[in-house]
Amino acid sequence: MLKPVLSANWDEKDSFTIDGYKRHGGYEAAKKALSMDADAVIQLVKDSGLRGRGGAGFPTGMKWGFIPQNDGKEHYLVVNADESEPGTCKDMPLLMANPHVLIEGMIIASYAIRAKHAFVYLRGEVAHVARRVNAAIADAYKAGYLGKNIFGTGNDLELTLHIGAGAYICGEETALLDSLEGFRGQPRLRPPFPAIAGLYARPTVVNNVESISAVPAIVANGADWYQQFGTEKSKGMTLYSLSGHVANPGQFEAPLGITLRQLLDMSGGMRAGHKLKFWTPGGSSTPMFTEEHLDVALDYEGVGAAGSMLGTKALQIFDETTCVVRAVLRWVEFYKHESCGKCTPCREGTWWLVQAMKDIETGKATEADLDKLLDLCDNILGRSFCALADGAVSPVASSVKHFRDEYIAHINNKGCPFDPVASTLFAGELA
Amino acid sequence: MSIEMFSDSDYAVIDSIISRYPRKRSAIMPLLHFVQSKAGYVTNEGIEMISSKLEIETAEVTAVSTFYTQYLKHPAGEYHVGVCINTLCAVMGGDAIWESVSEHLGIGNHEVTADGKVSLERIECNAACDYAPVVMANWEFYDNMTPQKTKDLVDGARNGNPPAPTRGPNKLPTFKENSRVLAGLDDGLAHEGVSAGEASLLGLKLSKEGK
Repeated sequence: MLKPVLSANWDEKDSFTIDGYKRHGGYEAAKKALSMDADAVIQLVKDSGLRGRGGAGFPTGMKWGFIPQNDGKEHYLVVNADESEPGTCKDMPLLMANPHVLIEGMIIASYAIRAKHAFVYLRGEVAHVARRVNAAIADAYKAGYLGKNIFGTGNDLELTLHIGAGAYICGEETALLDSLEGFRGQPRLRPPFPAIAGLYARPTVVNNVESISAVPAIVANGADWYQQFGTEKSKGMTLYSLSGHVANPGQFEAPLGITLRQLLDMSGGMRAGHKLKFWTPGGSSTPMFTEEHLDVALDYEGVGAAGSMLGTKALQIFDETTCVVRAVLRWVEFYKHESCGKCTPCREGTWWLVQAMKDIETGKATEADLDKLLDLCDNILGRSFCALADGAVSPVASSVKHFRDEYIAHINNKGCPFDPVASTLFAGELA
Repeated sequence: MSIEMFSDSDYAVIDSIISRYPRKRSAIMPLLHFVQSKAGYVTNEGIEMISSKLEIETAEVTAVSTFYTQYLKHPAGEYHVGVCINTLCAVMGGDAIWESVSEHLGIGNHEVTADGKVSLERIECNAACDYAPVVMANWEFYDNMTPQKTKDLVDGARNGNPPAPTRGPNKLPTFKENSRVLAGLDDGLAHEGVSAGEASLLGLKLSKEGK
């Protein structure tokens, strides 16, 4: 049921080194791709069915195909390694254990879109990941895989690691580009899309770490090989990140379409003596699910049809000890803190969401305030440049939908009926 | 123009950082990290240096600096300790960890102990949810934390002997040392520490058992 490809060698103690990577055929796919026609590489990725693993699920090959060719302009590849969506924890372990697979994917992608300079935008709060990526880039330069005349093919590629400084919004691709240009990270109005006017207003592809890292195996094994995994419209395998009140949290690389029930069954289920209450399929910005969604196929279509989004496949699991109002309030506080302030509905709306949620959690609200909360959501959703504010609305609206009674209980009880100690992992120790 | 707090060898590093980019303004973020590696926060001298090197107004550098949470307006402790208080970590114990370590040190969010050794921050999700509750020290991972382990971490830091990160170098670098890493500079420690933690390897392990 599992199919480790990206994660296949993470248990080797030198998996992050160039030797460890080459021992398993590393950089052979790049050599192969560079001997192909660049358009054929784009076609191969299109044929594989690979879709973006950063949340939106846009077909990767199609994105590459949008870059205008023979336009006389510089092209850029930018990898989004900002991984900051609450619950999301797949790209950081990937880069810590195997940074070379990303570099090889970037060599292939840059060749396909005719980019001579590529960037990794890494979040700033992960020093050891920065070290590993930086060392891997240096080793790839030394080996002649980056720089001038890479692999002796006459192609050039510069690769720059750019390290952020703690702004969730920079995971949004146009805010990321502004940040990389040296400005405050604020989203841009689209169109123009990055494929036409991206970094320095030049044609730019922005892809997630996992999307680009999937490319070497596709080039090595072919589109047909990749197509055999996954479901009809969600091809290949991906990293599912299980966290929270489960017996054994962790990373699980599996073909798209596996269910949470299957993942829980194989990993030991919920923590002992507790039952599932609510969970996110793909980070805090994706509407929450409950136990009725245990058998939803975790692919782009399956999760979408069930009313949420596959997102980053960050499966955050909460058991019955967790107060959903407290959980959502904390997420809303996050969105308020991380709102860049550019769009009024987001800047002001997330502030009001926090006030309204806080009043409910602390017992100051009436039932009319619950309607006001939902009214706020209506006035925020879809009214900003980027999806941050929509993400803030998701947990609020979905939790009221599934747990309206719990909100009412806070109002009637004049406060939170839950004991926060019961939901900690060291409840006994604190008691 | 040269600014006193930066030496000639600093300026060589600064120029090498600028040379990474097709347009020099892009170097503003690594240069701000580099300033923090010298001073422990973003100083006025640092802002003036960046303004001068990148040929932009100091107000523009300040505007960028104040946008990003990691650029500090006041000196960090030698060990800057962040407790994840985003939902999942908070629920699983992050809130309890925060309360206990904050009380233990007698300092709040973005405050520093009187000896300058430890500063505290309430941090957002740090992409290690399968190791919750998570604590970061100088942006190194401390996985599966408890109130007691966090108190041990800060006590060790105050005595100059902090425990090693769970997934990171063998010895915890200082805030200034790690700010150099975030400026993209090599400190030679990439090979230290595990390839992956236990949780990262769980799926791989299960697949080898035929699942």
